[in-house]
Amino acid sequence: MKSSLKLALGLTSAITASTAVSNVAHAEDLTLCWAAWDPANALVELSKDFTKETGIGMKFEFVPWTNYADRFLNELNSHGKLCDLIIGDSQWIGGAAENGHYVKLNDFFDKEKISMDDFVPATVVGYSEWPKNTPNYWALPAMGDVVGWTYRKDWFSKPELQKEFKEKYGWDLGPPTTFDQLKQIAEFFQKREIDGKTVYGASIYTERGSEGITMGAMDVLYSYGFQYENPKKPYEMEGFVNSDKSVKGLEFYKALYDCCTPPGASNSYMGEGVDAFKSGQVAMHMNFAFTWPGLQKDENVGGDKIGYFVNPKGPDGEQFAQLGGQGISVVSYSDKQESALKYIKWFANKDVQAKWWSLGGYSCLNAVVKDPKFPASQPYAQTFLDSMAIVKDFWAEPSYAPLLQASQKRFHDYVVAGQGSAKDALDGLVKDWTQVFQDDGKM
Amino acid sequence: MLNRTAENVARATPEPLARKVRGISDKGLAWLFISPTILLLLAINIFPLFWAIYLSFTNYRANRPNEVVKNLGFANYQRILGDKDIWIAMQTTAHFVFWTILLQTLIGFTLAWLIDRKFRGHAFWTTLILVPMMLSPAVVGNFWRFLYEPQIGLFAYAISFVTRIPPTDIQMLSNVSLAPWSIIIVDTWMWTPYVMLICLAGLRSIPEYIYEAAEVDRASNWRQFWSITLPMALPFIMLAVLFRGIENFKMFDMVNLLTGGGPGSTTEVASITLKRQAFESWRTGYSSAFAIILFVAVFGLANIYVKALNKVKQR
Repeated sequence: MKSSLKLALGLTSAITASTAVSNVAHAEDLTLCWAAWDPANALVELSKDFTKETGIGMKFEFVPWTNYADRFLNELNSHGKLCDLIIGDSQWIGGAAENGHYVKLNDFFDKEKISMDDFVPATVVGYSEWPKNTPNYWALPAMGDVVGWTYRKDWFSKPELQKEFKEKYGWDLGPPTTFDQLKQIAEFFQKREIDGKTVYGASIYTERGSEGITMGAMDVLYSYGFQYENPKKPYEMEGFVNSDKSVKGLEFYKALYDCCTPPGASNSYMGEGVDAFKSGQVAMHMNFAFTWPGLQKDENVGGDKIGYFVNPKGPDGEQFAQLGGQGISVVSYSDKQESALKYIKWFANKDVQAKWWSLGGYSCLNAVVKDPKFPASQPYAQTFLDSMAIVKDFWAEPSYAPLLQASQKRFHDYVVAGQGSAKDALDGLVKDWTQVFQDDGKM
Repeated sequence: MLNRTAENVARATPEPLARKVRGISDKGLAWLFISPTILLLLAINIFPLFWAIYLSFTNYRANRPNEVVKNLGFANYQRILGDKDIWIAMQTTAHFVFWTILLQTLIGFTLAWLIDRKFRGHAFWTTLILVPMMLSPAVVGNFWRFLYEPQIGLFAYAISFVTRIPPTDIQMLSNVSLAPWSIIIVDTWMWTPYVMLICLAGLRSIPEYIYEAAEVDRASNWRQFWSITLPMALPFIMLAVLFRGIENFKMFDMVNLLTGGGPGSTTEVASITLKRQAFESWRTGYSSAFAIILFVAVFGLANIYVKALNKVKQR
C-alpha cells in the first residue's frame, strides 16, 4: 500500500512539475507582430537563435501589407496584449509614442549600452525618434528600406537596342541618373516587342487604398524640390508643398504614368510591381529594396538579367528617395516586457545583425553596412547603401493617417483619373493638411 | 407522456424556485423568455446606434483613446453637408443605385416573364440563372477583376473580338468613364437573378382565370401584359426595387474589390468614403455623423417608398 501511494505521489509530482515547466515556457513565449513578407520569414529563421540562447520561445503574427496598418493599429488602440514586440511602420512612431503604445527605450539603451550612434542616422530619425531629431527613442532600427529601381540588364545590353537608343536619344542606354533619362528609357521600351512579347516602360506605384501612390509620387517629388513645410516655420506649407517645383514633379509623375506603364496599372503597389517585373512585362520597376533579394533569386529575371539603380536626380540635381522600413518596439500593454527587451538587446548585437543581412533582412547597424565587404556581399548592396544616404520620409505625426489619406486622394485624382491640374492637386493637399493640423491644434 | 415529464420537472424544481415561478403571470413569463433576445438586440444594435449618435457630436478618435473628448455640437454635420467630396460620393452612389436598379429590374422582369412561359427545360435555366446570386461577393469581385484585366482578361478579349479595339485598350477598371460601368455590370450580373425570383413569384401569383377572361374578351397579348401582368406584378417589382435600392445604397464589397473607389475618386461611393474616414483617417466622430446622415437618408427614402408601395397594393 505504502509503495503504491509513493508511486502515485511520485507520478503526480512528476506530472505537476512537467506541466509547470511547460507552463513557464509558454508564459515566456513572446509574440512578435509584423507584416507578412519575405523579411518576416528571414526573421523567423533568425529568431531561432534567440530561443536557443535564452530558452524564450517566439511566436509570430504576420499580417499582409494591405491589412497591416488596420490590424495592428486597431490592436494598439484597443490596448491589446497580442503583440509583445511589434515592428511598426515608420509613420506610426508619432502616434504610438504620444498615445503610449510603445515603451520608451532611452533608459534601456543606456543600461545595455546600446548606442543609436551605431546605427545609420537616417534610420534612427525615421524609425526610432519622436519628436524627430530629438534623442527620444521608441524603437530600435530593425529593417532598413528605401524606394529604388530595378531594370532588365539583359534588355539594356542588347546591341540592337543600344544602337537604336543611341541614335534616338544621343546617349548610351544604361541605368538613368536623372528622371528625364528615366522617362526616355521608359518611352523607348513602351509597347516594344522583345523576344516575341510586348513589353512596357516602367512599373510605378499607383495604388489608391493604402499608401502606394503617395510613396511613389513623393519618391519623385522630393528630387524636384518638394518640401513638407517651411524649414523655419513648422506646419507652414503654402509655397512648399505646392511650390512650382512640386507642381513640375507631380506633372512628371503623371506623364510617366500616362506614357509608360503597363495597361491597367492603375492600382499597383509592391506586389503588383514585383509581378510586373517577374513576368517580364516592364523594363524598369520602382519598388522598396526589400523586394530585391527575391528578384535577384528569380530564375526568369534574376541573376545576370537584373540590375539596380538609385532613385534618379531631379532637374536641379537634387536627389532623394522615399524611406521605407521599420523599427522594432516593445508594446507597453505587454505583460512580458522584460523578455521583449531581452529580444531587443539580442537583436542589436553585431553578429545577429550580420546574420540578419545574410538571411535577407536589411540591417541598419553601421558595423554591418559600413563593413568593407558589404558592397560586394550582394549585387544590390551598394545601391541600397547609396539609397539609404538620400532618404526622406512622409509625415510621422500622430495624425499621419488622415494626412496620408488626403495625399492618396489628391494624387490619385490627378495622376490616374486625370482630374484637374497638378497645381489643383497640391493646392488641395495644402488645404487638407492644414485642416488636419488645425484639428490637432497645431496651427 | 408530456404530462408525466412536466410532473417530473415540477417535482424536481426546488420549492423556493417553484414558488417564484408560480407567481409569474403569462405575460411575465413571455417577457422572461424574450428578454435574452431583447437584451442582445439592445447590446448589438440599439446601443451602438445611440452611441454613434452621441459620438457624432464629438471630436472623438478611436486611435487616440487618451485624448479629451470635446463636444462639437453640430459642427461635424455642418462640415459633412458642406463638403464637396461628400456630395460627389453621394452623386456617385445615386448614379450607381439608379443604373443597377434600372438594369436589374428590366432584365430581371424580362427573365421572369420568359421563365414563366414554362418552356421545355425552364427549370434547368432557372437554376443556371440563379448561380451568380449564390456566389460570395468576395469571389465574384475577385474573378471579375481578372476578367476585366486588359492583358489577360476574357472580358477585354470578348469586347475586342466584337469591336476590333485592341484588348489592352479596354481598361475597364482604370478608365474613368468605364470604371463605374464595370461595377454596374458586375452588380447587375450578380443580382438580376434575385430580382427575377421576386418578379417570378409575382407573375405566378396572378390567377389564371383573369387571363382566361381576357382571352374570352379577345384582349391581345400586348393588352393582357399592360392591363393584367404588369399592374398585378407591380407590388412585387416595387418590393424588389426596395430591397436592391437599400442594398446598393450601402454597397461596399464589390466596389472595394473591383476598384477600391478609383480611379481617383470616380467610383468612391458613400460607404467607401465612410470606411476611409472611420478606419483609415480615424475620424470617429466625423464618420459617426456621416453614418447617421446616411441612415436617416436611407430610412427616410425607404419610408416614402413603402408608403407608395402600400398605395399600389391597395389599388
